[in-house]
Amino acid sequence: MNQTLQQRDEMSSEDAVQAAPLLAVRGLSKAFGGVHAVDELSFQILPGQIYAVIGPNGAGKTTLFNLITGLYQPDQGGVSLKGEAVQGLPPERLARLGMSRTFQNLQICMNMTALENVMLGRHLHLKRNFLAVLLRWPSLRASERTCRAQAEELIRFVGCGDYVNAEAAAMPYGALKRLEIARALATQPSILLLDEPAAGLNSTETAALEQLIRKVAAGGITVVLVEHDMKLVMSISDRILVLDYGRKLAEGTPREIRDNPDVIAAYLGG
Amino acid sequence: MALLRLPERVPGLPVLALVLLLVPLFLGNEFHLDIATQIALIAATVVGLNLLVGYGGQVSLGHAAFFGMGAYASAILTGTYGWTSMPALLCGALLVAVLAWTLGRPILRLKGHYLSMATLGMGIIIAIVINNEGWLTGGPDGLAVEPLTVLGAELSIFDHYSVLGLDVSGALLWYGLAALLLLLAVWIARNLVDSPIGRALRAVHGSEVAARVVGVDTAHYKLLIFVISAVYASVMGSFYAHYTGFITPQVASFEHSIELITMVVLGGMASTYGVILGAVLLMLLPQLLTDFQDYEMMMFGLILMLTMIFMPKGLLPTLSEALKRLRSRPATAPAGQE
Ligand SMILES: Nc1ncnc2c1ncn2[C@@H]1O[C@H](COP(=O)(O)OP(=O)(O)OP(=O)(O)O)[C@@H](O)[C@H]1O
Ligand SMILES: [Mg+2]
Repeated sequence: MNQTLQQRDEMSSEDAVQAAPLLAVRGLSKAFGGVHAVDELSFQILPGQIYAVIGPNGAGKTTLFNLITGLYQPDQGGVSLKGEAVQGLPPERLARLGMSRTFQNLQICMNMTALENVMLGRHLHLKRNFLAVLLRWPSLRASERTCRAQAEELIRFVGCGDYVNAEAAAMPYGALKRLEIARALATQPSILLLDEPAAGLNSTETAALEQLIRKVAAGGITVVLVEHDMKLVMSISDRILVLDYGRKLAEGTPREIRDNPDVIAAYLGG
Repeated sequence: MALLRLPERVPGLPVLALVLLLVPLFLGNEFHLDIATQIALIAATVVGLNLLVGYGGQVSLGHAAFFGMGAYASAILTGTYGWTSMPALLCGALLVAVLAWTLGRPILRLKGHYLSMATLGMGIIIAIVINNEGWLTGGPDGLAVEPLTVLGAELSIFDHYSVLGLDVSGALLWYGLAALLLLLAVWIARNLVDSPIGRALRAVHGSEVAARVVGVDTAHYKLLIFVISAVYASVMGSFYAHYTGFITPQVASFEHSIELITMVVLGGMASTYGVILGAVLLMLLPQLLTDFQDYEMMMFGLILMLTMIFMPKGLLPTLSEALKRLRSRPATAPAGQE
């Protein structure tokens, strides 16, 4: 698995320091009625980083993810991915450009097995010739076999090996959280956005999740993480963005954030 | 106890083929064979509808309209215009595909009740057109249909044919054809479901956002499956018209749409073999209740309601789950996490 991920990565972490941002957000705003969920927000994420977004409930973290991944249209501002303006593109287009994500409220297809959920993640990489599908041509069988093997490997990679053939609806919550990561990885993203992956996990599961995120990042995938678990965030992140009422309260390394008086006053202290 | 030793996954297609092969041996007379043939044709239609409703989660309350269009296209093109059966059937299917594609684009943007209402309206309009354009369709009086021609030979239920030296009735040959069509319908449906297209389609039902963020163009797949299920209905409508030899606007009616959807719901949404069971049961029902013909629609409504309330997954999935539970009860507790 690591090897496959490595191959896809075009920049090693040394290059990353000099590299152009992988994701850049400029003056992004989104209001719901009178609520400014995201307000004039700007920041950049360099390739290979683990970038955390934190903030109190309702700070606009999920809204930010929805804007970046094309589920919401921004009122103002821009998003660029690998230098290309992508604001307003639908999620299915962004997936082609290497964007993938998970959801705070699980989005697993409960009408499918674990394996099928992850195979779904391979969608863009599979032959989908209509006649080949209808008649189940040998070429299709072969591509399905490969896809199945890749999906199984990913399920094991995220630590759900016991559930390969399980119906998703029969799986426990913690395993589903990881299954969603496996499905996102199956798209072979260059950037992966995780919305509260540790929510609802116990401390053992959270430790396993931390290792998983490190492995993903080591494979060259840029990780953007929304998370309330401060211990996890402080130990894993290269940089942290603190949101409050949709605005940037602070941004910096974990150490800078920990020592920032504004953050202490408004968030950590409160 | 013997049931518990059944293999975990039953190979559906061979079992279905075997059942279809054995059925004629148990049928007493031509009347029973006639019902079996009709059931097979309708079951194939429902297998197609299930792709849209069961797997894709998009409710269509107007599907009989496509069935009716196929039936009338075949009847008119072979009867009035003297075409042979296959070109007429293909022309009808193409017509239905184009119509489904055109109507499906705006309709499938709607969700839930709105989608149901839009397909309902579409079905009713098509039924009205068939009813009113008497110069073409024969109107409410219906239309006689030429027998099916296969490779230049007529297949009529009233004739006898010599097959490999055996004397076979046209009715039995028709049953064989209908059985083959059902097997073909199932084979194609299974191929579709268990493919990248099928997963994309089921994901539209399971979680549309999840599908989109992994790159599935959900609008495209909804439209594709709407067209496919419409073509299923059209092709089966064509065969049905040739088989029965006479069609009325009833084939395209709202009542017929409701019958089709009830078969899907009763048998089990997203269960290809379940919906065949649904078709069998609901096609036999009127035969058992000949005295209650006026109440047929009511029975369908009642069955639909009761299934939704007490057995939302439908007959076959509920049965197979009960069987699984029975089987796993003595086994050890399911494996924990990790
Ligand atoms: N679709 C929506 N319609 C209306 N208001 C919304 C919508 N989505 C978010 N909001 C509002 O925008 C604000 C930011 O919400 P958001 O979900 O982005 O916060 P969050 O930082 O993810 O919070 P949490 O930590 O609880 O997940 C909240 O006030 C919320 O009520
Ligand atoms: Mg949130």
